[in-house]
Amino acid sequence: MATLKQLAKREERFVSGHRLCPGCGAGLIARMVMLAIEKPVIVGNATGCLEVASTIFPYSSWNVPWVHSAFENVSASLSGVEAAYRSLKKQGKIDEDVVFVAFGGDGGTYDIGLQSLSGAAERGHKMLYVCYNNQAYMNTGVQRSSATSKGAHTSTSPVGKAIPGKGQFPKDLASIMVAHNIPYVATSIPGRWNDLVNKVEKAVSFNGFTFIDVLSPCRLGWPHEPSITMEIARLAAETCIWPLYEVVEGKYRLTFRPKEKKPITEWFKLQRRFAHLLKPENQPLLEEIQKEVDTKWEALLKKCEG
Amino acid sequence: MKLARTGNEAFAEAMRQINPDVVAAYPITPATEIVQIFSQFVADGIVKTEFVLVESEHSAMSACIGASAAGVRAMTGTSSQGAALMWEMLYIAAGLRLPIVMALVNRALSAPINIHCDHSDSIGARDSGWIQLFSENVQEAYDNLIQAVRIAEHPSVKLPAMATTDGFILSHCLETLEMLSDEDVQKFIGEAPERPNLIKSLKEKKPITIGALDLQDYYFEHRRQAAEGMFNAKKVIPEIGKEFGKTFGREYGFFEEYKMDDAEAVAIIMGSTVGTAKDVVDVMRGEGKKVGLLKLRVYRPFPANELAAALKGKKAVGIMDRADGMSAFTGPVYPDICAALYDLPDGRPILQDYIYGLGGRDVTKEDIRYIFEEILKTAKTGQKDYTLKYVGVRE
Repeated sequence: MATLKQLAKREERFVSGHRLCPGCGAGLIARMVMLAIEKPVIVGNATGCLEVASTIFPYSSWNVPWVHSAFENVSASLSGVEAAYRSLKKQGKIDEDVVFVAFGGDGGTYDIGLQSLSGAAERGHKMLYVCYNNQAYMNTGVQRSSATSKGAHTSTSPVGKAIPGKGQFPKDLASIMVAHNIPYVATSIPGRWNDLVNKVEKAVSFNGFTFIDVLSPCRLGWPHEPSITMEIARLAAETCIWPLYEVVEGKYRLTFRPKEKKPITEWFKLQRRFAHLLKPENQPLLEEIQKEVDTKWEALLKKCEG
Repeated sequence: MKLARTGNEAFAEAMRQINPDVVAAYPITPATEIVQIFSQFVADGIVKTEFVLVESEHSAMSACIGASAAGVRAMTGTSSQGAALMWEMLYIAAGLRLPIVMALVNRALSAPINIHCDHSDSIGARDSGWIQLFSENVQEAYDNLIQAVRIAEHPSVKLPAMATTDGFILSHCLETLEMLSDEDVQKFIGEAPERPNLIKSLKEKKPITIGALDLQDYYFEHRRQAAEGMFNAKKVIPEIGKEFGKTFGREYGFFEEYKMDDAEAVAIIMGSTVGTAKDVVDVMRGEGKKVGLLKLRVYRPFPANELAAALKGKKAVGIMDRADGMSAFTGPVYPDICAALYDLPDGRPILQDYIYGLGGRDVTKEDIRYIFEEILKTAKTGQKDYTLKYVGVRE
């Protein structure tokens, strides 16, 4: 794996000047993912925060060829780019070994983009799909997605007198991707750079479709202090609400085991979207969520042992 | 070489001869055979194409957009609901100035669900920025698809283009096809003119961003440039149609005028009904009735001035619309023709609209004769007593 020193010497492929919020996880993830890849890269981007904030014409933060067409289709449009590349390679019109990377938020990945994601994964296009998962439709103003945590307040799952925030647990997209029998699936966070960089390096070494779901703190939607982005991401892993693992050719492996599994309240208390869960009247809901996190964690440990 | 081919076979053969770098497609009746036949070409290794068997038409067009943005020739084929599912991406293909070429088999849009011909699918996409070439028969479909490549890729155009056939009527019927040799097709379409693209920018290490956010300060200019591409297509389409004629003996323009010279009553038709209508014109001419026919081949760009010049002085014109725009006014082609003629200082014909053949409803010679008799009546009286009639429907 590349060392920090080596990474620091590499040419930046996602450069400053973009209009992402201070403390945004997406920009950090994009920068780290791009730094982790040494080969020539072509990027596809779904509509979302990262896209709108990094390519306001005539400016672009992308120091690599980059294409965006719509919200739900980055897997399909990048499939087309990759197919074009394969065709040119076959015809002897290009020598370079090119890496293809798709970026999509959780809305463009878990929800509206799920069909094209599944299609591209099933067809086995050689690309890495990175979901920067900030757990809601942040670009349109914090609406719930199927990646939103249970109990979270969003603008379409608001906390009211009758309903205490989002009613469902998030979709387990990593498992869905594993079920596609693709060579590499992982979760990660920007707060542990070596975890993310290592996983990206691994992912792009496979000859097929690979997927990394990266939790992306959103200071505007969660919201949290912009200065604690990395800390809050690490805390998600330490509370096991966002465990870090990888699935290589179907084999699960934990990539981070917290020394002491912290209660989810440690994570919740830093984010206003969960503030209501810490009130006494919502104690049963809080317990239900903790129980689900525990169950999922135990199940993951079993998968990793097996 | 003279062969018997269906519309779908002709489209697939043209696609093979064009030999695109990428084809991304999804099956849909009645266009499925295009994909099937092409699959065999891929399986037999006789095309260089990377064939992307996507999970929907939306992804088909998205993949074509990706491939075209990467700098290669990309094609697809679809129909009806498939084209409707692509709708979002059709606009994006045009807005990004990507010369994607599509074989579109015209089929009615749901609901009620129906698999037979009308033009609501392509006409539904009329404002998307796609060049639209309608075909009277299998030969024209084949010729149109080949020309579409040149038109779309022309450096002054750079817009996607579709060639259409009437579902089942052309897509599934055997007709005589004068097929060109593979070499002739390759020679005619040539190497695609170079455009800024992802792969080129990668090779040259001058990375480009395609599909950036374009706000109040630039969007309008970019849409204006795209619109200019469509204006330029008006110049390019007849040039390429002439070149095609010079090379292969079949010349194409915006439209074909059939027995129009001294015609008092004219029908404007797109697609396969033209063939039947030509027979009716012949019969009625034999009866001494001054009827003529204008076959509209190019619907987008719309050849307004050329149509005005061709229709000037005609007493009455009937527009046959094989789609219903649900405007509580007329079908969609009528207002275009009406607008084209509005600025004529004199010699402006009376117009009447006839919506016909929806959902594959058979269009008989009697139906067409009825329409011609109606237009003749109007031509004779000089009085327009209605704007729209539905023909061939029980009501």
